[in-house]
Amino acid sequence: MSKFKYTDEKEKEFQRIAKKYPKIDAMMLPALWLVQEQEGWVSPDAMIFLADKLGKTPIEVYEFATFYTMFNLKPIGTYHIELCKTLSCMIMGAPELKKFIKDTLGIGPGETTADGKFHFSEVECQGACGGAPMIALNHTYHENLTVDKLKKIIEECK
Amino acid sequence: MAVELVKIVSKNFDIPDSHKLEVALKNGRYESIDKLFSMKPEDVTEEVCKSGLRGKGGGGAPCGPKWKLMPPVDERPRYLIVNGDESEPGTFKDRQIFQYDPHILIEGIICSCYAIQAHEAFIYIRGEYKWFIDRLNEAIDEAYEAGIIGPKVMNKYDFSVDITVHRGGGAYICGEKSALIESIEGKRGHPRLKPHGKECEWFYGQPATVNNVETISSVPNIVLNGYESYTKWGTQKAPGTMLFAMSGPVKNPGVYELQYGEKMLDVINEIGGGMKDGLKLKAVIPGGASCPILTAEEVEKAYLDYESMWDIGSTLGTGGMMIIPQGVSMVDVAKNLIEFYHHESCGQCTPCREGTGWIDKTIKKILDGIGSQEDIETILDVCETMNGKTICVFAPAVKDIIKSIVQKYRHEFEEHFKK
Ligand code: SF4
Ligand code: FES
Repeated sequence: MSKFKYTDEKEKEFQRIAKKYPKIDAMMLPALWLVQEQEGWVSPDAMIFLADKLGKTPIEVYEFATFYTMFNLKPIGTYHIELCKTLSCMIMGAPELKKFIKDTLGIGPGETTADGKFHFSEVECQGACGGAPMIALNHTYHENLTVDKLKKIIEECK
Repeated sequence: MAVELVKIVSKNFDIPDSHKLEVALKNGRYESIDKLFSMKPEDVTEEVCKSGLRGKGGGGAPCGPKWKLMPPVDERPRYLIVNGDESEPGTFKDRQIFQYDPHILIEGIICSCYAIQAHEAFIYIRGEYKWFIDRLNEAIDEAYEAGIIGPKVMNKYDFSVDITVHRGGGAYICGEKSALIESIEGKRGHPRLKPHGKECEWFYGQPATVNNVETISSVPNIVLNGYESYTKWGTQKAPGTMLFAMSGPVKNPGVYELQYGEKMLDVINEIGGGMKDGLKLKAVIPGGASCPILTAEEVEKAYLDYESMWDIGSTLGTGGMMIIPQGVSMVDVAKNLIEFYHHESCGQCTPCREGTGWIDKTIKKILDGIGSQEDIETILDVCETMNGKTICVFAPAVKDIIKSIVQKYRHEFEEHFKK
């Protein structure tokens, strides 16, 4: 038995979305998103809960969740900085931004600050190449970045 | 001749609050629907066939003939699946539609659903586009509330259309149409083996058509104004327009609607404003990261349509031009892109899964100064091994881009040997 449960609000949302699809399997992605919105990450316990709900085995949910890079399989910090490292961002200055993050927050890709405030990920192209270089901060895009602009963004979170 | 912007799909992009229903209605949205229902579904398909509308997600296959692959209507449900995954590096055009004119997409979905006689549409959007997903969902809610979609289109036509947005989870390969369907069906996004003959797609075993966001958004204009209004733009084989994207160090990076067949260099200089900060153009990857790279000399001969691009040994892809300036090492470019592909291979086929990793390692070896001619041969050899032996075109695309970089800039790889 899983200790995880959706809040009432999320459960309602789950039921509402489920009606739109021909089969419950299609709820895999929406259901995982609901978990992540609620908890900030997807725990093994939540996967067992979803398996039960979607008529899958826990390993199926695990296999699915690990294929998609956006599901956090560990708790991450309050602020998730996702820096694009793909070509246009690289050319337009992503490496300097990476260095700045390392120098000021002391974290490299995949790491969280000791106070749990910031988590840093290097990600592939985010579809913001025209505004390169960019980061997404908790899914909000910040484009045409310079070290100065990034500094301000980080300071505002502190 | 000067390059001019053509405003068909992007017509409303600059209008304030263009995403809101009220503004959209004042600016021509949903005007095609009355005309649509005065036509038979097969006539709509015919009109789209005659317009020569081609898929704008990268493949460039004609849209109308694709619709004709749907089996005759029977009791089975039928689906329209709209591909808004947009994860090809260098591509950021569909997000303009979500942001500035989501109602053109909804209108296009109504037209397309009617043509293929589907009542349900799913729009699959990459998960990173959370903001754009919210914006589109607001527009869909507005359209439901106004009775534009739902049980009776425009509150009066006896035809139902339901639209659901499905948020992806971060996997490049889900932009491949069969992987996209697998992903909605609650599985890993693994592309499917394709049948020999041409047929429609299958969603939970039911007939489905998959079209790109921009393709679908091009349909309302064709329905409303007839195919001739579309064929007056572009080239004979590629009529109409496309949202071309430009990234890298040009003065005005961004998305611009142009007719097919414009000269690439003119587009970069006149529309993109030319290179920034006195930089010099070194190369362009023309249509998203998987199209063979063009050297500066080749760029001078390039025209932005499918056939011209094939003629000079590349492809038009998604129209997303990545501009590379002098001073950037092509070995670094190759490394950056192969890391991307290595990360994004879905892992089903050995040549792709292992090949991308092998090339990745070999390029790093060269960068570490311990490579030799043999390593260049290894890269080219692995490229060939990946080509044509896999389930989907991901591996051949990797071959195309990597091989073109190594062959055209071989000397830059060799310079690392001498260290
Ligand atoms: S070619 Fe690569 S991406 Fe395509 S199915 Fe095979 S392993 Fe997956
Ligand atoms: S290359 Fe960074 S957003 Fe596309």
